[in-house]
Amino acid sequence: MPKEATQPRIVLVGNPNVGKSVLFNVLTGSYTTVSNYPGTSVEVSRGRCRIAARSYEVLDTPGMYSLMPITEEERVARKILLEDRPEILLHVIDARNIERMLPMTLQLIEAGQPLILVVNILDEAERLGMKFDLPQLQQNLGIPVVGAVMKRREGLEELKQAIASYHGPPAPFEAYAADLEEDVARLSVLLTADYPLGARATALLMMQRDYEVEDMVQLEEGEGFPLLQPVLHAIKFSRRVDLNLQISLERKRLTRKMLDGVLQQEIADSPPLSERLSRLCMNPITGVPLLLLVLYFGLYQFVGGFGAGTLVDFLEGTLFEEYLNPAAINFFNGLTDIYWLRELLAGEYGLWTLGVRYAIALILPIVGTFFLVFSILEDTGYFPRLAMLVDRLFKRIGLSGRAVIPLVLGFGCDTMATMVTRTLETKRERVIATVLLALAIPCSAQLGVILGLLSAVPGALMVWLLVMVGIFLLIGFLSAQVLPGENPVFYMEIPPMRMPQLRNVLVKTLTRMQSYFLEILPLFLVASVILWAGKMSGVLDDIVAALSPVVTTLGLPAEASAAFIFGFFRRDFGAAGLYDLQRAGLLSPIQLTVAAVTLTLFVPCIAQLLMMHKERGLKTAVAIFFFVSCLAFGTGWSLNQFLLASGLLA
Amino acid sequence: MEKLTPQAEEILEALWIATVEEKAVGCLLNDLDLGPNESALAELVKLAYVEKRGERLSLRKEGRPEAEMTVRRHRLAERLMMDILNIQGAKGNDQACEFEHLLHEGVDTKICTLLNHPTTCPHGKPIPPGTCCEEARSKGEFGVVPLTELKAGQSGEIAYLALSDGQKMQKLMSMGVLPGNQLELIQRFPSYVFKVGNSQFAVDDTLAREIHIRDLR
Repeated sequence: MPKEATQPRIVLVGNPNVGKSVLFNVLTGSYTTVSNYPGTSVEVSRGRCRIAARSYEVLDTPGMYSLMPITEEERVARKILLEDRPEILLHVIDARNIERMLPMTLQLIEAGQPLILVVNILDEAERLGMKFDLPQLQQNLGIPVVGAVMKRREGLEELKQAIASYHGPPAPFEAYAADLEEDVARLSVLLTADYPLGARATALLMMQRDYEVEDMVQLEEGEGFPLLQPVLHAIKFSRRVDLNLQISLERKRLTRKMLDGVLQQEIADSPPLSERLSRLCMNPITGVPLLLLVLYFGLYQFVGGFGAGTLVDFLEGTLFEEYLNPAAINFFNGLTDIYWLRELLAGEYGLWTLGVRYAIALILPIVGTFFLVFSILEDTGYFPRLAMLVDRLFKRIGLSGRAVIPLVLGFGCDTMATMVTRTLETKRERVIATVLLALAIPCSAQLGVILGLLSAVPGALMVWLLVMVGIFLLIGFLSAQVLPGENPVFYMEIPPMRMPQLRNVLVKTLTRMQSYFLEILPLFLVASVILWAGKMSGVLDDIVAALSPVVTTLGLPAEASAAFIFGFFRRDFGAAGLYDLQRAGLLSPIQLTVAAVTLTLFVPCIAQLLMMHKERGLKTAVAIFFFVSCLAFGTGWSLNQFLLASGLLA
Repeated sequence: MEKLTPQAEEILEALWIATVEEKAVGCLLNDLDLGPNESALAELVKLAYVEKRGERLSLRKEGRPEAEMTVRRHRLAERLMMDILNIQGAKGNDQACEFEHLLHEGVDTKICTLLNHPTTCPHGKPIPPGTCCEEARSKGEFGVVPLTELKAGQSGEIAYLALSDGQKMQKLMSMGVLPGNQLELIQRFPSYVFKVGNSQFAVDDTLAREIHIRDLR
């Protein structure tokens, strides 16, 4: 088979948040996003490494709790084990929770995997008073065991040695209770094909009603499957009440046996500082004020004030207006006399003036400061605590606390966030989160510009904020009523709070900025070309003119319709267009507020629309598009009427 | 002691409810759908549990403890049917009526303990306490309670996970929430946060209700 001819593979598996990605990074030297939030790697990362003159392909998988997948991430990880035959499988576990994570090691040994166990985060475990005898564990388990603190590269050499000298899959597996073994044997003898997980583990998974595995077996066994089916059904029926529990308890018993003489626990002293801070974040009385502080300093002051204010002023006002623009426009105009080409390059909607300037001077500093804050928060482990804090509220809008990550990420980039909604468990949650992202969550570029715009007018920001929160809760609440399905169940591991590491935060921020920038710059340029073509051909004027009645109905100057058209190509484009209008002094406080609200609610940018189509399907995407457009203009109109009638902001 | 027939138990039960709860002076035979020559009736008269005067039947002092226990068994059976087995309405009542006659020789005590000594039946009527209830109360035992009943800071051993949904069970088990493990509740609001081993987890009340704890400390 051609597959065998490719490079040998090393696959990393393990629970979420145990340091798989860190290990991947030190092994391969490349960078995947490391975070202190369970379930962040949805995609499989691939890299290469050389060990003892052999070249390997390395795969990092999303976190999984056991070989039985429940969430989408786990399914992705399990698929690799079902389909690939790695040369080496590295099971990474968190030393502090060795007792909880060893059952999966046992499961992998049972599946005959070529396993090496990496006991990571030893330093924090030792701080908790845990002492390990890893050679003893290696003897008990019958597989190589390596202790490690991967973030400091401790244990890396030992691991490389273990990989280089690895020989053969583990010894046969220690037995469960006799009755269980009997059923496993009854079923596994009927499996004739060669399964990557081995007959034993495959049989057990089928008994545990893993239908994905059952389908695979049906395919492999073909005509033999009807023979096996009655046996499978009989076993499933006779063990319907407590098979999963029995297996878990058996594995727990074996885990205790494996840990015999391996682990010593000294009583740790008073809860460390991180634990006290953790409780402060989770207690609603202190947690809500802390959240407000985080929002105020993180978003408002740093992203809104420093990013959208200081940095943009410098880049846009000083760097571009004074130095780069005149030179560039001169340069481009010197290139050609042709009017349309001049317009394309450096005209009103030109590639340089609109595309490059907006992307670099307006959007990049804002998105960059947002990602910096996001990465710091992510690394401290704040988000799971936020998730548990808001779960009760989110249940009202049909989501669980888990949805906090896509929604917070939406403040950075709604397109990215829409992609991340796939980590939510039910379709209903995914649809609600997608609607809310499209509607009420402004992305950081938009947010930065809007915060900058509105802070000039006292009260406008408050009105905007109230409308956004109101719409968010109202639409969430209504869609929870309208969409069929049950409320999601919330469960989440709360990782310990950690001091973020400077290097990690910086690398993460830069990686995110890079991928964002690579994604948006082409779109900005395309949008510039489309707008330029529209202007040249007069189509843009027609569209702007067509939208003008709608815009003037909202009480806005007709010029604002250009901002709305821009808004579709890129949400932040629209906001930036508004910025130009305000600078030109064309907007009154009421008009400014109405425009900001409508634009924030208005149709997501073209990239987000494409992502919605990819993730949710054409029908849902189109439905959300129309719903959001109508609601945006409807809200804008009502708000304008209300503000005019009440005399607020006048 | 000779075991009473199911019919005799039904009569005692009806009499006890009429006499003790409704403060009536006995019952008419007609109301109980009884003819004067019913064998169950003769059985009770012979034991001196009841007294028959013409058409009227009354509960004697000697019959009271036994009558009270039959009522207790019936209401425990109702709790079992409706809470644990989830058989509701008239069907639950019928099943309870048949089931109660099997609750002898300590089975009622076991069920009462399993149900954590309930004090009322699903219809809100009191369940007469048995010796097991008195004992549990005097020892201050909590028995087995769902996680939702714990105060923050309390800990105990995980007794069992109520099974309503296999996937939910699996989530819990994969987090190390397994019978026999120690669990400490850290926080109750807005979500339940607990610690098993060296890990902390947050769950909502739907999941918290499924986790049952014993040996509270």
